[in-house]
Amino acid sequence: MRRIVSTAVLFATTFGVGFAGLFAGAGNLPAAAPQKVDATEVKIDNFSFGPSELKVPVGTTVTWTNRDDIPHTAVSTDKMFKSKVLDTDEKFSFTFSKPGTYEYFCSIHPKMTGKIVVQ
Amino acid sequence: MTAKSKDELLHDHNHDGVDRRGFLKCMAWAGTGAFCVMQGGVLKSYSMSNMSQMASKITAGQLSFVQISDSHMGFNKAANPDVVGTLKTAVEKVNALSTPAEFMLHTGDISHLSKPEEFDTVDQILKGATPKDIFYVPGEHDMLNDDGKQYMERYGKNTRGAGWYSFDKKGVHFIGLVNVLNLKAGGLGTLGHDQLEWMEDDVKHLKSSTPIVVFAHIPLWSVYPEWGWGTEDSAQALAYLKKFGSVTVLNGHIHQTMQKVEGNVTFHTAASTAFPQPEPGKAPSPGPMKVPAEQLKSVLGITDVNYVHGQHALAVVDSSLA
Repeated sequence: MRRIVSTAVLFATTFGVGFAGLFAGAGNLPAAAPQKVDATEVKIDNFSFGPSELKVPVGTTVTWTNRDDIPHTAVSTDKMFKSKVLDTDEKFSFTFSKPGTYEYFCSIHPKMTGKIVVQ
Repeated sequence: MTAKSKDELLHDHNHDGVDRRGFLKCMAWAGTGAFCVMQGGVLKSYSMSNMSQMASKITAGQLSFVQISDSHMGFNKAANPDVVGTLKTAVEKVNALSTPAEFMLHTGDISHLSKPEEFDTVDQILKGATPKDIFYVPGEHDMLNDDGKQYMERYGKNTRGAGWYSFDKKGVHFIGLVNVLNLKAGGLGTLGHDQLEWMEDDVKHLKSSTPIVVFAHIPLWSVYPEWGWGTEDSAQALAYLKKFGSVTVLNGHIHQTMQKVEGNVTFHTAASTAFPQPEPGKAPSPGPMKVPAEQLKSVLGITDVNYVHGQHALAVVDSSLA
């Protein structure tokens, strides 16, 4: 087990940013990741999506994380994506393969709205 | 009556005992008791010192029922790690009422995440309540992931549409509405065209002297739209009720007691049995409000409603669980 971990660290060190970028969509990286990678995250705090408007390049995987004590969803108004109900700390990811503006909301608390702009 | 000994009337609008017509707002924040009586479209509010003169009328009430709300079974965060315990306390309060309740209304958010075991737990606890009949309407937390399919199987057997229905008890007409489905981005609670049409038909043939009780999860009045605390098309529903002399609207959702009287309509929201939420606009969001553990039961509660036939009166009394 120890050897496998060491190899992974070595791999990450050797390939640096390229390796980080590869896993960015899964949202597993710590704060040390480059700025661009952080921007694919939408945090749900205090009944709001942050950032409420997010611009990303085509092909980006956006991950929503619910950090409230109350469940939320992320559902696009054109029904292109629809998360299951996210309890505290649960995540939902969706990959945007076409350019466009995608408006979404929380189907439980519809006052919560957000927008993903794919360029 | 020890249950109510800690309750206080925060806003006594009627120091002089004079009746107030028209718009009158009387709010009782979480943890307090409000006592207001509708008589023939005229509101009388009583301070607690006048309660004794009302007591005989209440205990002689011909119809007595209890509203509980927002049990959120499955919630386990800091605002209340023991929602099972507080629901059990609520049942004990119901069973200890001086005038036994004939039935209960549950105004939704029975469960926190619509999980079968959450509904099972609530059903089990409520079996311990003296009133055996329980009438439900769904909260948004009861219809997660399946658009209400499970809710309908469990609680919607004798209902129309997505779970709306009406029934009569001793001359009072009860209407249970569903305003938590098909919510639109940026919007509030919604009743929808089908339900409104059904409701119009449901009340059309009733005499205007029939007392009406409407119950639904999200408030049918604009409590605080910024937090989604209101229903888009509630005005249409209320328009159908204009001819009636006595209309009482009972809601949940906002986890605090609040009351407003407008014309012939008394609006009332019940406390939660699970956790309190902040006063409108007094926090960054309407999320669960953490209070010191020893204060929790003072901000949770049940609502006791009494109707005296021939007096057009529905008395709504909130009791905390403390």
